[in-house]
Amino acid sequence: MSATTDPAPALRMEAVRRGFRIGRRDVVALDGVSAVAAAGAVTGLIGPDGAGKTTLMRLIAGLLRLDAGRIEVLGVDVARDPLTVQGRIGYMPQRFGLYEDLTVRENLDLYADLQGVARADRTERYQELMHMTGLGPFTERMAGRLSGGMKQKLGLACTLVRPPELLLLDEPTVGVDPVSRRELWGIIDHLTRNAHMTVLFSTAYLDEAERCDAVLLIHEGRLLGHGMPGSFTAEMAGRGFSAAAPGIGRRRLQAVLADVPGVIDAVIQGSAVRVVTATPGPPDPAVLAPSLPGLTLVATPPRFEDSFVARLRARGGVSAAAKVMATAASPAQPRAPGDVIVVDHLTRRFGAFVAVNDVSFRVGRGEIFGLLGANGAGKSTTFRMLCGLLPVTEGSLRVAGFDLRTAAATARGRIGYMAQKFSLYGDLSVRQNLRFFSSAYRLTGARQRARLDWAVAEFDLAPILDATARDLPLGFKQRLALACALMHEPDILFLDEPTSGVDPLARREFWRRINILAEGGVTVLVTTHFMEEAEYCDQLVIMAQGAVLTAGAPEAIKAGVRTPDRPDPTMEDAFIAVIEAAASAPAIAA
Amino acid sequence: MNGGFSRLGGLLRKESLQIWRDPSALAIAFVLPTMLLLIFGYGVSLDARNVQIALVVQHPGPVASSFTAGFAHSPFFRPRRFLAIQDAEAAMAAGDVQGIVWLQSDFARLALGPGNAPIGVIVNGVDANDARIIEGYVQQVWANWLVARAAVAGGALPLSVQPRVRFNAAVSSRNYLVPGLIAVIMTLTGALLTALVIAREWERGTMEAVMVTRVTMRELLLAKLLPYFVLGMGGMAGSVAIAVFLFGVPLQGSVWVLTAASALFLLAALGMGLLISSFARNQFVAGQIAIITTFLPAFILSGFVFDLNSMPTPVQIITHVVAARYFVAILQSVFLAGNVWSVILPNAAALALMAVVFLGLARVIARKRLD
Amino acid sequence: MFHQVLALIVKELLAVLRDAKSRMVLIGPPLIQLLVFGYGATFDLNHVPMAIYDQDPSAASRELVARFAGSPTFQVVARLRSGEQIDDLIDSRQVALVLVIDRRFTRDLLTHRPAAVQAIVDGRNSNTALLIQGYANTILSDFSLSWGAARGGPAPPAVLDLRARYNPSLNSHWFIIPGIVALLTQVVTLLVVGLSVAREREAGTFDQLLVTPLRQIDILLGKGLPGVLIGVLEASVIIAATVWWFNVPLRGGLLPLYLGLFLFVIAVTGIGLMISSLAVTQQQALLGAFLFMVPSIILSGFATPIANMPDWMQTLTLLNPMRYFLVIVRKVFLEGTGMRALAHQYWPMAVIGIVSLAAAGWLFRRRVA
Repeated sequence: MSATTDPAPALRMEAVRRGFRIGRRDVVALDGVSAVAAAGAVTGLIGPDGAGKTTLMRLIAGLLRLDAGRIEVLGVDVARDPLTVQGRIGYMPQRFGLYEDLTVRENLDLYADLQGVARADRTERYQELMHMTGLGPFTERMAGRLSGGMKQKLGLACTLVRPPELLLLDEPTVGVDPVSRRELWGIIDHLTRNAHMTVLFSTAYLDEAERCDAVLLIHEGRLLGHGMPGSFTAEMAGRGFSAAAPGIGRRRLQAVLADVPGVIDAVIQGSAVRVVTATPGPPDPAVLAPSLPGLTLVATPPRFEDSFVARLRARGGVSAAAKVMATAASPAQPRAPGDVIVVDHLTRRFGAFVAVNDVSFRVGRGEIFGLLGANGAGKSTTFRMLCGLLPVTEGSLRVAGFDLRTAAATARGRIGYMAQKFSLYGDLSVRQNLRFFSSAYRLTGARQRARLDWAVAEFDLAPILDATARDLPLGFKQRLALACALMHEPDILFLDEPTSGVDPLARREFWRRINILAEGGVTVLVTTHFMEEAEYCDQLVIMAQGAVLTAGAPEAIKAGVRTPDRPDPTMEDAFIAVIEAAASAPAIAA
Repeated sequence: MNGGFSRLGGLLRKESLQIWRDPSALAIAFVLPTMLLLIFGYGVSLDARNVQIALVVQHPGPVASSFTAGFAHSPFFRPRRFLAIQDAEAAMAAGDVQGIVWLQSDFARLALGPGNAPIGVIVNGVDANDARIIEGYVQQVWANWLVARAAVAGGALPLSVQPRVRFNAAVSSRNYLVPGLIAVIMTLTGALLTALVIAREWERGTMEAVMVTRVTMRELLLAKLLPYFVLGMGGMAGSVAIAVFLFGVPLQGSVWVLTAASALFLLAALGMGLLISSFARNQFVAGQIAIITTFLPAFILSGFVFDLNSMPTPVQIITHVVAARYFVAILQSVFLAGNVWSVILPNAAALALMAVVFLGLARVIARKRLD
Repeated sequence: MFHQVLALIVKELLAVLRDAKSRMVLIGPPLIQLLVFGYGATFDLNHVPMAIYDQDPSAASRELVARFAGSPTFQVVARLRSGEQIDDLIDSRQVALVLVIDRRFTRDLLTHRPAAVQAIVDGRNSNTALLIQGYANTILSDFSLSWGAARGGPAPPAVLDLRARYNPSLNSHWFIIPGIVALLTQVVTLLVVGLSVAREREAGTFDQLLVTPLRQIDILLGKGLPGVLIGVLEASVIIAATVWWFNVPLRGGLLPLYLGLFLFVIAVTGIGLMISSLAVTQQQALLGAFLFMVPSIILSGFATPIANMPDWMQTLTLLNPMRYFLVIVRKVFLEGTGMRALAHQYWPMAVIGIVSLAAAGWLFRRRVA
C-alpha cells in the first residue's frame, strides 16, 4: 500500500488497543489497529456506528488512554506528551463543540484565546475564515440559532483559528444536508491543497470514501482495510452488474438474485437491480436462465460500498441476510386500490417557527413511501403528526381513514411503529420486550405465543433472548425493534430513520424484509437522510426547511435533473440540484 | 505564561457571557436561595405560641382563679375551660388541645391548708419537643404563682431564680433558624452551581473540544471557580439581605467578617461541586449526588436545628466533615452575638482546610481525559 | 384490557428492578436517610455543657451543684472563680448554661429570704435555650421544695404533677421516626414515578406506547400502580424498622395505618405523574420532584409544628398530602387512634389523588415535545 512508504507520516498508529467496561462486561472498542496517515492528505476513517471511530479520534487527541500500542502524532508520542500534541492539532468532536449561547464571534474569540492567537492577527484570520465558510453575515448570531450546516462550518472555523498541523474531524457530515456536505468537502480540499494541512475525517457514509486520498475502513474495532480508495474499488472491478428482466418486478428480481450462489450483493437501483458477484464475471447464466427469462446484465463500475460488503461477507456475515424468510411476514392482502395515507396542506408551527409548511402527499396500499431530507427539514415532525403524536396546526391528514390523534385506540392497532434510534426498553431483556409489545398490541393466549415464536424464528433472536436490550449491538437492536413493530401484523408501517448507523449488511437485510412486507400489501412510510435509500421507495418527497421540494418516483426525480455532463445523476445530485433550483427561484417554491 | 493569561481570560469571558445569557445559573444562584429561604423562614418555627390548653377546674374559687389567671395572661397559652376531666381528655384525643391542667375538687382546701395540692398536668407527648416546651411554660406559670402566693403570705420561696438569655433575648427561633438556613441553602446552591455547569459541558460535547487545545486543567478549573464564586457571593448577599430586612434578624457582627467567612465557605462548597463534577458527567447524576451529599447532611448534621452535642458519638464524628457545620456556627454567632473570635477563628480555619482539601482533590482528580 | 395493564405493570417493575441506578434509588437514599434521621435528628438534650460560678461555696450550694452534676442532661465542664469568664465561655460556645450562685446564697437560705441564683443561657439556638431553661428550672424548683421540706418550712401551696400522655419519657425519636415513614415513602414514590415518564420520553419509548392501542387510562394505570406498589412495600419495610429496630410502639391497628398509607401513596403517585408528564427530560423531572419535595416536607409538620406557621402558610399546607399522612402515622403509632377519628385525614388525600391523577392523564397526550 502506497501510503506506508511515505517517509514522515503525520500520524502513526501501532497495534492500538482500547477497551471499555459497560456494566459488567468488558467491551473491546479497538483492537490491533495499525496504520499511518500521510502528511498533507485527507485520510478517511470509515465504518458504521459503533465501529470505534470516535474512540480512535479521542485516542489520537490524547483524550483517552491507550490500553496497548502506541500513537505518534506529528512525531510526538501522544501518551507521553498530550499537551504538546493538543497544541498542534485541531479537533472537532461530534456535534461540533460549540457554545450555543455564545455568538459566532464569541465562539471564535474563545478558541482564539485558547489557541493563543495574537490579538493583532485575529482580524485578518477571522476574515479569511468567514470568507471560506460563508459565515460573514452571521457573526453576531447565537451559535445555537444556526442551521446544522452552518454549525458544522463554525465548528470547523473554530478549530482553524490557528491553523493546526493535523485536523481531526469526527463525523462532521452526520445529519447535514447534501449541499452543506459538498461545501465542507470544498473547504477540506482547499485546506489540504493550499495550506498543506493533514486531515483525518471520520464518517459512516461510505460514499464519502471516494473523496479521500486514503481510507481506513474499520468495523467492530478492527481495521478491515487500509489504502487509497481506488485500491478498494479496484478489487471489485468486473464484479458489478446492472440486472433487469422484463415482466418481473424489481423487488422480486432482487429477492431472486440475492439468493443466487456467487452473488454477494443485490440492491435495487432505479428500475434495475445492482448485482455484485464473488468473483469477476457475471453470475452463472445457467442458474439464472430458468427462473428469469430475458434477464439482461450490464457491467457497471464498482463502488466503495461493494468492497465493504465483500469484506463483510468474507468474514461470514452471510447468515442473517440470506435467511430472511420467503414465508412473508404478513399474509398477502388483496391489493385494493385507494390511498391509505392522505396528507393535505399540512402545516405545523412551533410559536413563530414553521416546522412543516403546507405539505401534501398520498400513499397507496402496498407502497413504500419515503420522506427524505436533512436533520431539521421537517420530516420527523410530519412523521410524528401522522402517528398522532403531535397535533396538526393546519391542514388535514388521514391514515387508513383516521386521524390517529383523535381516533379510538383500536385504530392504532392497525399501524406498526419503529422510532428513531430503535427505541426499546433498554433495561428489559429481548424476550421481555417482545412479550410487552405483543401484549400492548392486545395479543393474548395462543395467538400471542404463536407470534412470539414467529418473531424469534424470523429474526433469529433465539441466541439473544435473555440478553438485556441496551447491551445489544446496533444491528440486533434494529431487528428487535422491527420484530416488536410487526408483532400484531399491521397494515401500515411507520419507520423513522430505520437504518441510521447500522452496517451495510444489516441495512440490506432490513430492506429485504420491508420489500417482502410491501409485496404482501403492507403500506410503508419511511423517513431517512440516506439519499441512496431513496432507491428502495416507490414514491418519495424531498423536504427542506419544512416544505416539499419535489415529489415523485425516484427515477422520475433523477431524470428531472439529468444534464449532458451528468448523464446518470445520483439521488444526492438530484437533491442538490433541486435545492439549488429552489434557492434561485424562491417565489416558485411556495 | 502570557498564553496562560490569555487562555484564562478567554474562558472567564466565555463563562461570564454564558451566566449572563443562561437563566438556569442565575436561577440557581438567586431564585433558588430566595425561594427556599422564604419557605423555610416562614414555615420553620419552633416557637410554641397560642398553645391550646384545657383548664379543668372542678371547684372554682379564688385560689383556683389566681392560678388559672396566669394562663389567661400568658402569651403562650390559649386556655379553654372544661368542667369534667373526661371532656378534656376527649378534646386532647381529638387533637383540639395539646395539654390539660387539672385542678381537682380539693385544690383550694389543700392549698390553703397543709399545702402540696396536686396540679395535674397532662401534655400530649407525641411531639416531644413541643411537649417539653409546653411543660416549661407551665412550670413558669406555676413558679410565678408560687412567688405571688408567698408574697401574699408574707414569706418567700427558698430560691429566687433569675433567668437570663444571652443573645436573642426574645428567644425567637426565627433569629437562630434563618442564619443556619443560609448555610444550608448556600451549601446546596454552591455545589449545584459548579457540578451542573461542568456536567453540562460534558453533555454538550464542548468540554471535549476545549480540551484539545493548549489549555491546562488548572486554567479550566479556575475559569469555572471564579465566576461562580462571584455569583455565589451575590446569592449570599441576597440571602443576608432577606434575613436582615425581611425577617428582621439582627446582624450584631461586622459585615466584613461575614463576607470573609462566606468567601471561605463558598470556596469549600464550590470545591465540593467541582469534585462531584469530576465523577459525574451528566447533569442528572450530578444533580442527584449534589442533593444527597450536600443538602441532607447540611440540614440534619450541621447543628442548624438539631443539637450536635446530643447526637450519638459516631454521628458527631461524621458532622466534622460537613462544611455547613462550621459555617452555621459562624453565622449564628455573627448574626446574634457579634464578632466572637473564639468561635469564628477555629471554624474559619476548618472551612479553609476543607476548601483546600476539596479544591486540591478536584485538581488532582480532574484530568484532561475522558476516561 | 386487564391483560394490557398487567403487561405495562410488569414492564414498569422490571425496568425499575433491572436497572442498577433505579435499584439504588430504592435502597440507597432510604437507608441513609433512615440512619441519619433515626440517629441524628433528635430534639432531646443530653450532656449539655455547663459552668458553675459558685460565689458562696457551702454545704447548701454543693447540694445544689450536685443536682446539676448528677443530671444526665447537664455536664459540668467548668467551675469559675470570677464572673469575667462567663461571657467568654458562652460566646465561644464552650458552655450553653452558666449557673451563678449568689455571694449571700447560704445566708439568705437560712434566713428565709429568697436566695438568688442566676441561670444564664446561650440564646443563639432558641429551641435549645428554652429546653435548657426548662430543665434548669425543674432542678431548681425541686431543690427549693426539698430544702423547705427538710427544714420543716411550710409546704408550698401546690405542686405540679407532670405527665406526658402517649410518650411518657418525651422521647423525640418517637416523634421523628414515624415521620420518616411518611418522608421516605414520599421520596421514593416520587422519584420512581416522577422519573418514569420522563425516562421513557428520553428513550423514545413513550411515543412507542402512545401509538399502540393502549388507552390513556391503561397507561395511567400501568404507570401509577407500580408506583403505588413500590411505595407501599417501601413503607412496610420502614414501618417494620420503626417497630423492631427503633422500638417505637405501634399502638393502633394496621388497617387505619394502611388505609392512610394507600391513599397517601396514590396522592403522591398522582403528583409524581404530573411532574413526570410536564418534564421533557429526566433532569427536569428531578428538579421538579426536588422543588415539590422540599416545601412539602417543610410544610408537613415533619420537624416543626404546622400550628407555629403564619396563617396563610397553614392554609397552604392543606394542599400537601404529607401533612395528613403524618397525622395518621403518628396518631396510629402513638395514640392508637382508630379509623373513624381519622376520617378528616383520609378524604383530603383521596381528593388530591383523584385530581392529580386526572390531571396527569390529561397531560400525557397534551404535552408534546
